[in-house]
Amino acid sequence: MSTTTLIKPMLKIENLHAWYGESHVLHGVNLELGEGQLITLLGRNGAGRSTTLRSIMGMVDRRTGSIAINGQEFITKPAHRISPDGRIGFCPEERGIFASLTVEENLLLPPMVGADGMSIEELFDMFPNLANVRKRMGTRLSGGEQQMLAIARILRTGARLLLLDEITEGLAPVIVKTLGRVIRDLKTRGYTIVLVEQNFRFAAPLADRHYVIEHGEVIDTIEAADVEASMDRLNHYLSV
Amino acid sequence: MSDTTTEIGEFEENTGEPEHRTRSRIWQGVFWVALIGFLLIAPTLFYPVFVMQLLCFALFAAAFNLLIGFTGLLSFGHAAFFGGAAYIAGHALKVWGFPPLLGIAAGTLFAAALGWAVGSLAIRRQGIYFAMITLALAQIVYFFVLQMPFTGGEDGLQGIPRGHLLGFIDLNQPLAMYYTVAAIFLVGFLVIYRIIHSPFGQVLQAIRENEPRALSLGYNVDRFKLLAFVLSAALAGLAGSTKALVFQFASLTDAHWQMSGEVILMTLLGGMGTIFGPVVGAFVVVTLQHVLSGIGSWVQVVIGGTFIACVLLFRRGIVGELARLLKINSL
Amino acid sequence: MDPMIRLILAQGMLGLNNGVFYAMLSLGLAVIFGLLNVVNFAHGALYMLGAFLALILYSYAGAWVGLDALHIGFWPALILAPLMVAGFGMLIERFMLRRLYKLDPIYSLLLTFGVTLVLQGLFINFFNASGTPYPGMPESLRGVVNLGFMMFPKYRLFVIIFSIIVCFVVWYIIERTRIGSRLRAGTENPELVKAFGINVPLMVMLTFGFGTGLAGLAGVLAAPIYSVSPLMGANLIIVIFAVVVIGGMGSIAGAVVTGFSLGLVEGITKVFYAPAANTVIFLLMVIVLLVRPNGLFGRQS
Repeated sequence: MSTTTLIKPMLKIENLHAWYGESHVLHGVNLELGEGQLITLLGRNGAGRSTTLRSIMGMVDRRTGSIAINGQEFITKPAHRISPDGRIGFCPEERGIFASLTVEENLLLPPMVGADGMSIEELFDMFPNLANVRKRMGTRLSGGEQQMLAIARILRTGARLLLLDEITEGLAPVIVKTLGRVIRDLKTRGYTIVLVEQNFRFAAPLADRHYVIEHGEVIDTIEAADVEASMDRLNHYLSV
Repeated sequence: MSDTTTEIGEFEENTGEPEHRTRSRIWQGVFWVALIGFLLIAPTLFYPVFVMQLLCFALFAAAFNLLIGFTGLLSFGHAAFFGGAAYIAGHALKVWGFPPLLGIAAGTLFAAALGWAVGSLAIRRQGIYFAMITLALAQIVYFFVLQMPFTGGEDGLQGIPRGHLLGFIDLNQPLAMYYTVAAIFLVGFLVIYRIIHSPFGQVLQAIRENEPRALSLGYNVDRFKLLAFVLSAALAGLAGSTKALVFQFASLTDAHWQMSGEVILMTLLGGMGTIFGPVVGAFVVVTLQHVLSGIGSWVQVVIGGTFIACVLLFRRGIVGELARLLKINSL
Repeated sequence: MDPMIRLILAQGMLGLNNGVFYAMLSLGLAVIFGLLNVVNFAHGALYMLGAFLALILYSYAGAWVGLDALHIGFWPALILAPLMVAGFGMLIERFMLRRLYKLDPIYSLLLTFGVTLVLQGLFINFFNASGTPYPGMPESLRGVVNLGFMMFPKYRLFVIIFSIIVCFVVWYIIERTRIGSRLRAGTENPELVKAFGINVPLMVMLTFGFGTGLAGLAGVLAAPIYSVSPLMGANLIIVIFAVVVIGGMGSIAGAVVTGFSLGLVEGITKVFYAPAANTVIFLLMVIVLLVRPNGLFGRQS
């Protein structure tokens, strides 16, 4: 672990193993990030990046190891206590917008986990498209609108640690650009962010550090400053 | 919603190892010998009528198991085939003067036809809806039985003659009747055994394990399900007709939904998806009912409690647990 | 008025009165099925339990505590009995059903079938199997009202109106409130709802309690109309299954509308061909299965 974090870690994962039924998916993941930092989890499909996020949220059948948030152990917490106790907001793969709920209901669904969540007005400022479709059913939105809704939904709750899974997947370049601005904005507001990304060009300018995951393990860690020098390695990891 | 389907009559499918298979064969052989031995000597140990009742229900449960255990379909209406066939067989024997075997054949044929009608409706929906539809359709049959003029309504169809088997064996002789029933049971049970081990039975089990996969392999899943349903209904009808002949009586309880529940319990308790489980389950349940007949409607409480216990603690059933202890795949 | 029309209206009203119970029970089944993916066979038995609790509260509870003159009447029973049934339902969920969610849903059907047999058996042992009349009908609801085409019992009219209100309130809670949106979200993706910090196991238990409480409420409403008998729920639950096969369990409004309509159809059938009245719902189910296998309000699977 050659990380040179000076800030005390907000999230520290050690030797995380996870299982879906009988299948052992994570084999000892280690990673950490300090408050206000942004890290990415890179790797191929099925490498275990999404499972890492889902393990943090307690959405796997079994997990062992340690997940500490602000020094507190989370591995034994029941799933429904994780988000409020850790002030975590989770934006799942494929966005997780509920089809039978309107935009507004989707937005209001997650309970508050902190006092300083963004107000509805602030969110509609940040994502003006959503303001016009408040009463529409969740799935009758475009992919980009759904993604914005999924992010807005967790910003309202007052979460400070955001776990974002493949938020650019399948979206038009112009929307990806908007999302890039949003993430940068969130970072300047002091949010701590874990980004699972396929799109390295999207992630590179945002991240403080990249973790490369393969076969359920972190196989390499690359600091933002070293990205230029490590391009060959990265290309090798990410080539299909 | 049905893609989470798991372990109906669950068995680890590692039939590959030859020692396993030999061990399975040996234990199956032991069970066959025990069963046939029991059939031969039972009338010397117990009342023949009681044993005949056991055998009718054992055949009924084994027929039911063909659906739940080997196709993964829960029918909640099997009393319609059991009871319906009993009435038809009884009517054929009593009013039309059919000889015994022909009467039983008539009941069985009726159950098959009814099974085709019920089955082709019920397979239009999956999973839990299948159970509800079979239950509701069986209720129509029950209302018919209650209201048709020939069934005797609340009193049931009484005074069915046993007649002479093949024209010369007087079935009023207890032992003659007994060995006839034992033979019918054995034939029915062998038919079920053959079905399970035929290529057709293998496809049924593939459907139980994973219906979408069976579909994508090009099997006409609906036709297989329907055929399994008709066979199961027909064999349940065979059991019901035989019971009518033995007891000379077809009653409303045979067609009531509670009977559909009892046959489920027999199969569950014995072991869904096992070969001998339903027979063992039927023996246990029928014996229990006899032993407890003094306590009146507490029997229902006991039956219900057994149901709950089986579902919560004992889903493999007696024979299923035994197979697990003996480390074999099918028993 | 044409006597034929008068007869149809009259039978229609009586049918609507049965439809009340179809609607309330299939509504509860649908609420439970949505979140738990469980078909609660015990729903009929819990309806019976509700009716018996009303009877017990009126006729026996006082004597048990040594106050022979105490009769807990209809109005308190209308609140107490459903709460007790809901509590019983929650115990079943917490200690039994919860262990079965990872298995095929037929196991929970079988479990609740077992619960049905136990409840039925117990009440057959302690009460008259052929039924006991409920003596606690409130004075204010006795008598008849003139509907123009018939004299209709005041109590039955109350039951129809009251249950329409109940169904509407349930629909409103589920479709239009925050708590309802959590329920709908839980129906779609319970795992994600849990990750948002909502206590889904608790929500599941309360939902089961709510659904079974509705069955208990229907039982209390039924007590003054039909005689209270251990088997009153047994035949009803089979009709209810046919109702939910016709309507589909995917839609709350669908369950309610189907329930009331089928009661109406059943009543009107009595006018034209009485013997078919108790099978007409099953026959309609057959037709629906032939024409629209997923049910009238069912989603394409």
